Formats: sequence, C-alpha cells, structure tokens
Amino acid sequence: MSYIEIKNLKKTFRTRGKENDVLKGIDLEVREGEIFGIIGFSGAGKSTLARCINRLEVCDSGTVKVGGVDILALNKSELLKERRKIGMVFQNFNLFDSRTVYKNIAYPLEIAHFPKSKIKERVLETAELVGLSDKLDAYPGGLSGGQKQRVGIARALVNKPELLISDEATSALDPQTTIQILDLLKEINQKSGITILMITHELDAIRYSCNRMAVLEGGKIIEKGTVADIFNNPQSRTGELFAKVFTEFQSISLTEGAGI
Amino acid sequence: MSLLDSSVWEVIKASFNPDIWRELVKPVGETVYMTVISSIIVLLFGIIVGIFLTITGPDGLLPLKIPYHASGWMINVLRSLPQMVTIILMIPVARLIFGKSYGTNACIIAIAASCIPMYARIVESSLLEIGKGKIEAAKSIGSNNFQIITKVIIPETFPSLIRGFTVAVISIISMTALAGMFGAGGIGDIAVRFGYQRFQHDRLFACVYILVILVQITQGTGNLISNRILKTRNLI
Ligand SMILES: Nc1ncnc2c1ncn2[C@@H]1O[C@H](COP(=O)(O)OP(=O)(O)OP(=O)(O)O)[C@@H](O)[C@H]1O
Ligand SMILES: [Mg+2]
Repeated sequence: MSYIEIKNLKKTFRTRGKENDVLKGIDLEVREGEIFGIIGFSGAGKSTLARCINRLEVCDSGTVKVGGVDILALNKSELLKERRKIGMVFQNFNLFDSRTVYKNIAYPLEIAHFPKSKIKERVLETAELVGLSDKLDAYPGGLSGGQKQRVGIARALVNKPELLISDEATSALDPQTTIQILDLLKEINQKSGITILMITHELDAIRYSCNRMAVLEGGKIIEKGTVADIFNNPQSRTGELFAKVFTEFQSISLTEGAGI
Repeated sequence: MSLLDSSVWEVIKASFNPDIWRELVKPVGETVYMTVISSIIVLLFGIIVGIFLTITGPDGLLPLKIPYHASGWMINVLRSLPQMVTIILMIPVARLIFGKSYGTNACIIAIAASCIPMYARIVESSLLEIGKGKIEAAKSIGSNNFQIITKVIIPETFPSLIRGFTVAVISIISMTALAGMFGAGGIGDIAVRFGYQRFQHDRLFACVYILVILVQITQGTGNLISNRILKTRNLI
C-alpha cells in the first residue's frame, strides 16, 4: 500500500517577475514502512518536493496524500496536527540553540501540550534510542555534527510520527558519521516500521539504506524503481552519471566509512 | 568654580568636592528614576512593535503589506525628528495626561515617544537574525505562529535583544539629560542650570562623570548578561 501518494505535483517560483518551474509534474508513490530514496543534483528541486509534502511550501497544482490524508485539503489547524505526524530532519540540523538537548527533544511534545511526566518519559526513551542519554543537559552549540543530527532525529521522532522526511540529513557529516546516522535511521525503520523518505545527493546513502528510489532531474522524476535496477541499468543521464560516479568511489568511502 | 578664571586642573579638583556631590544625590535619583521607568515602557512597547514588524514583514510569519508599511512609515517619521523636537511636540500630550507640561513624568512621555520607535527597529533587526531553518523546523513540527514567536524566535535571539536593549537604555540616559532642560530635573537640569547658565564648571564636570558612569554600568551589564547566555549555550 502506498503511504505517500503524489500526483502531478507542480510548483513554480516567481521572483521579480521571473518564473522558475521547479517541479513540473511529479508522480511518486512511497510504500508504508519502506526507506525510499530520492536523489538528484543540487537545484533539482528535492527540498522543494520535500517541503510540499508537509506543506511548508504550497504547491501550484497536483495532489499530495500522506497516509490517505489529502494534505492540500486540510485547514490550518488540521495541517498543524498533521505536521506532528510527519517528522523532518535537515542538513543544517536546525536545532534550537537556546534549549538543551533535553528541551530540544521535548519541544514537539511541549507544543502538543503533553503532560510533563509523559514528556520526560518520551524524551528519555527517544534519547536512549538515538544514543544521547548522556548529553541531555548539553546545549547544541557544544555538540559534534553527528550528535547534533541525532538530536535532530530524536526531535523528529519523539512524537511518534508515521513518516520521517530526511532532507540531506547526512550531507554535512563525514563518511563515518554518515554511516552511523544511516544505521540509526535503518534501525528506527526496522523497530517502528516508520516510513522514511530519504532525500540526498549522496549515492552511498541511498545505496546503503534504500530499497527503492527515484531520480529527480529538472523538476521531473526521470527514473524510479529498485536501487539495484537503477544502479545496474540506469535509463537516464543522471542515473548513469550517479552510477558511474558511484562505482568509482564506492570502494573508498563506503568500505572505509562503514568498516565493511 | 569656572574655567573662565581657573585652570582645568583646579576645576577638576573642585569637581570632587563633597558638597557638590551631596547636591547631586537628588538629581541622580531623578535621572535613574526617569531612565528606569522610560526603559520599562520602551522595552514593553518596543518589543511589541518590533514583533509586529517582524511577523508582518515581507518574509514574516504573517505578511501584511499595508499594516507593515504604515507602521514602518510612522516609525521613520518619529525617528527622523531630533529628540528635542519630539520633547517639544510631546508637551501638549503630557499636559493632557498629567495636567502639566513639565516635570519628570511629563518627560517620560517624550522619551518613550522618541525611543520606542528606535528600539522597535532594533528588536526587528534582532528577531530577523534568526536562521530561516529554525523557523522551518518549528513549523515542520507543527508549531503555530504564537509558539514560534514565544518558544523559538525570542529565546533564540535573546542575547541580541539584550544587546539592543542596552543601546536603547544608553540613548534613554542621554535623552533624560536633554529633558532636564525642559523641567524634567535630573543630571541634565544641573548641567544646564549650573554648568551653562552660571559657568560653574566643577558641577558640570561632576555631571559628566555621573553620566559616563551610568552609561558604563549599563553597557557593562548588558554585555555581561548577553555573553553569559552565549557562553551557557556554548556559542562563544
Ligand atoms: N523560496 C524560494 N523562492 C524562490 N526560488 C526558490 C525557493 N526555494 C527554492 N527555489 C529554487 O528552486 C530550485 C530548486 O531548489 P531546491 O532547494 O528544491 O533544490 P535541491 O534539489 O534541494 O538542491 P540542493 O541539493 O542544493 O539542496 C532552485 O533553483 C532554487 O533557486
Ligand atoms: Mg535541498
């Protein structure tokens, strides 16, 4: 069953009279419980696509359904509730510097008016899951990139969402930390069955984590299918380029980073 | 003692005469009173107007073109007036509220009218310092606008808000001195009455010391608090 269903999604940015067609009719289905990869070069429209899913960006036309809910039909308060079921992690972590790790993770529950005791229970549990139990009193300013992203993931997961959108979550991290974070995402996916949409320009990440993927280029999905198919038998120029680059670098980064 | 018939050194020595300082206790109290009350008013309204500007601005949480530009225009008008002109303009307003157009409380109105617009702009620029990504993250979690303002934007930019407030308090101090000329009492009143009208430069010097000390204390406290916060957050 598809968990995310996107049909003919279009988005045009207008800046100073100039039109920029960023998404030109995206069709995409992501199955429940899978880790689905979207790959594309910088400027391909990956972040815009991600932001259309939780309506941080309002698309011009098309439909977006998440877990059967028509995202575009929601009113304001329904949208806020729905967003609580969609976690999001970012390349720059976007943590709150004014809050400790504990308070960062607690934030989503705080704004959803959970009782204090429940918040504590959930935060401790989530911190344990991402391996941050000993950092709860630290401020994000004093953490490493990998630790920051763990906080980001914990914050995205603490309200038990059904979908996690990861927009370049590992792009600012070194290969070793990248693998650790990817392992964490995989583990979470297996444990809770959460659907993960992994957006990246890193082949390693997709190859390492995903079963199915899509290639985004020039605002269109130009290829989709299983990861193995696309890497072995790329149909598009981008797919080909990625596959080629990948084979060249595969041995270096993956084996070194993962120790495999 | 005057510079007209004594050397600078003698005037400086005289400016430390305990009699002069004893007479300054009351004016200093008036200045501090005016500064504190005005600062509280400016802080309150400046923050409110600053937040209003930030959220209704073009990239704000709730862009409202006409209210944003209208209030921006009002602020620019008020800010383009020299402080002395604002004081004169506020005389009828003060009379309306307090029944008299002079005195400490009347001048507080003039100070507020002049400093609120300035502090509102400082607040606006502080609040705009927050990274777009943090607001994005807060939105993606399902925060409403009120939560984004109170739980994210203000706490995140707090050190910068404090630094801005320090600037505002310092300009309030300097304006209380000016207001002294218009019957507000305080240090400014002494400086004008004795230093300017009677050439008693020893008293004028004492006033200068006090103003310098007040400004230093304000700046020092502001820096201390904002640095302390930044250090706690591991940002410096
Ligand atoms: N808010 C916006 N206003 C105007 N144009 C935008 C906006 N956001 C994105 N764009 C444009 O949309 C295009 C796609 O941007 P997007 O951020 O989706 O790309 P991306 O695939 O995520 O790239 P990257 O890998 O660099 O993150 C770019 O040309 C960008 O300039
Ligand atoms: Mg992007």
